[in-house]
Amino acid sequence: MTTPRKQIRLAAHFPGVNNTTVWSDPASRSQIDFSSFVHLARTAERGGFDFFFLAEGLRLREHQGRIHDLDVVGRPDTLAVLAGLAAVTRHLGLAGTLSATYNEPYELARQLASLDHLSDGRAAWNVVTTSDAFTGENFRRGGYLDHADRYERAAAFVRAARGWWDSWSADALAGGRDRPTFVNEGGVRRFAQTDRFFAVEGESTVPRSPQGHPVVIQAGDSVQGRDFAAANADVIFSRHGGLEQGRDFYADVKGRLGGYGRSPEDLLIMPAATFVVAGTAAEAEERARHIRYQQVSGQTAIRSLEQVWGRDLSAYDPDGPLPDVEPDPGNTAISQGRAGRVKDPLAQVRAWRELAEAKKLSIRDLVVETTARQTFVGTPDGVAAQLDEHVQTKACDGFVLVPHLTPGGLDDFVDLVVPLLRERGVLRTEYTGATLRENLGLPAPR
Amino acid sequence: MSDAPQPLRIGAAIDGAGAHPAAWRVARAEPAELFTAGHYAELAREAERGALDFVTLDDSLALQDDTGQTVRGRLDALLTLTRIAPETTTVGLVPTVTTTHTEPFHVSKAVATLDHVSLGRAGWRVQVSTTEAESRHFGRRPVAERPRLWTEAAAVADVVGRLWDSWEDDAEIRDTATGRFVDTDRLHYVDFSGPGWSVRGPSITPRPPQGHPLVVVRADSEEAESAAAAVADVVLVAPTEHGAATALRARIRAAAERAGRDPAHVSVLADLRVLLAEDTATAFNRRDRLDSLAAPPVREAGLRFTGTPHDLAARILDWTGAVDGFTLYPAVLPDDLSAFVDGVVPLLRQAGALRPGSPTATLRGRFGLPRAGNRYARA
Repeated sequence: MTTPRKQIRLAAHFPGVNNTTVWSDPASRSQIDFSSFVHLARTAERGGFDFFFLAEGLRLREHQGRIHDLDVVGRPDTLAVLAGLAAVTRHLGLAGTLSATYNEPYELARQLASLDHLSDGRAAWNVVTTSDAFTGENFRRGGYLDHADRYERAAAFVRAARGWWDSWSADALAGGRDRPTFVNEGGVRRFAQTDRFFAVEGESTVPRSPQGHPVVIQAGDSVQGRDFAAANADVIFSRHGGLEQGRDFYADVKGRLGGYGRSPEDLLIMPAATFVVAGTAAEAEERARHIRYQQVSGQTAIRSLEQVWGRDLSAYDPDGPLPDVEPDPGNTAISQGRAGRVKDPLAQVRAWRELAEAKKLSIRDLVVETTARQTFVGTPDGVAAQLDEHVQTKACDGFVLVPHLTPGGLDDFVDLVVPLLRERGVLRTEYTGATLRENLGLPAPR
Repeated sequence: MSDAPQPLRIGAAIDGAGAHPAAWRVARAEPAELFTAGHYAELAREAERGALDFVTLDDSLALQDDTGQTVRGRLDALLTLTRIAPETTTVGLVPTVTTTHTEPFHVSKAVATLDHVSLGRAGWRVQVSTTEAESRHFGRRPVAERPRLWTEAAAVADVVGRLWDSWEDDAEIRDTATGRFVDTDRLHYVDFSGPGWSVRGPSITPRPPQGHPLVVVRADSEEAESAAAAVADVVLVAPTEHGAATALRARIRAAAERAGRDPAHVSVLADLRVLLAEDTATAFNRRDRLDSLAAPPVREAGLRFTGTPHDLAARILDWTGAVDGFTLYPAVLPDDLSAFVDGVVPLLRQAGALRPGSPTATLRGRFGLPRAGNRYARA
């Protein structure tokens, strides 16, 4: 008697506005036409994926004071496009990254609950806390939120959202048309919350949604982020760090849940992952290398270095050696609107120079080598085996797959790898739950 | 602009179970179904069957008062209409979107996205939040007086349009030779200062298919009428007399002209509350039954019609020339909408009051408006 194999959770990340997404390829299509979203979402649903995932960026990225023009630019409104996708899919979860800084709890909770109704229980919210003054210039709130306050505000925000989601009882509309009132007696409760960040009070306009609470996702690997996730989230969207690092992270995060009265299976860990599949391992490696050089053009390589150096390096040849000038660590604002920032530019430059020296790498080679390597490269069987190993050995519960092409970047995976995962008995052949929460095996909201 | 009569533009409100406060007690849909996509998709398709120009869905950031007898609760209107966009093909989609407690940047890209998803059928009705309840939901600002709210609403509509224009249509170049995806000379900062807030831009969302989705304002106060004259493509009004309607339309168009706009590009639509039956007596019986279940407001604004499709068609034709069209408020959904589609539309078509042939692709096109030019594009 063997124990059943753990099921792999899969999400499909719509290609984003960084250089992971290759637009120069002839197969690349619109990043804004609804048809592109439909294609990727339907492909994911065909492959038995748990949910579709949209990232967020509320201001166009800039580099040296100019709008960054080398990568894909432009995206739709997250909630609206997810609502549209609810019409063309039946089971796929619809996850949107939505800021806890540039939204207000009442409105966002209402929108998410609406999406949950409109999708029959498939809404998910990736809570992010980005709050730089650069993005703030597009919003009433403006300004900068102190780094230490970001997670506190996010926690208060989620608490308020859950308060509104709970404000209608599940049976508020039960019974037919002959009831004395439209909403049953006591069906709507007032909710109030006052803390450092909010002073809000009142009644939601949205009846309790099919999932009760939409699935809550948290992105980020920091200690603060881990505690936030252990307290608040259903899914954690993490960085991929390989098997060993994954197991440590997994054990650490799952270990925190008990402190919040939750079980290890109440929070799923899904790192981002890229992939390349081909008929043979050698072909896959060659294809992966080709894609990496598509992702990192000479200009992109120079701009990547400029982010670390903090100075203009446009005079340097991307196919030549690393710049001999020293970085300007004070100039961290050379690039705006990106996730992540180099913590110690001097150390980074030192390490890169040593690596370039040892392996005889040009600027472009170095950037390809250090930033663009795909997570899983191989034959369909090889990739399926790697994914499965990660999940069975507790390095994660599944993956958020990030394709490099819009909208066909998931086609190969679904055609070639998904059948093998199904053969292994680790991926559903049909959806069994009525809601995203049920399909993910998550408990009803507390 | 020629003097030939323009076709009437007709939209339908598809809120809840219908416009009559007791509609939910007799409507086919169960109360819980009023919060499903299928309900609204069915109603929009019914409007489409009658070749109507648009549907509206109202919204508010406050729960309806607890009268006991009436519908309470609503979903976000913009998301609801975006949800049904892929299930419809020709009808315009006009959600109410509020401007008082929301972010202009989010509003702009949300309406733009409705336009992208519907392939050019989006509009939005600009609305303000006046109540204490709404203010307390946000806890960010106290209730403001109507003039201030509408001044702000007009500013929001202005910056929403600027953000639509912040991407020129050909900003995306995908130029592999230079490695550039966009031409940054064709992306524009809007640097807009509104009352107490500012927006830098550009939008994160490329220009919507119509250029500018249709802007709709209900002119139900002096302040709203001023805002309408400044920003609206379509103005909703609720006159009860033919003469008053004619005067109101002239006044709004003159105000638009004073605001530097082409008055021929501003349509004025009258509310029309309809309850239909095969014969007049049956219609009044239906009305009495509904009124006995829940009385409508004593001073309900606008035209109210109870009777047969034939008589309603005659009434509408009487009003041709006074207004550019109507927004229908069917008493019970889908019943009175279906009766209009089956009984009234053919008569109006016979009379030549509706646009002949198949509908144009965009909602602007349905209102005889050209695709919007871009204020930032160099000639």
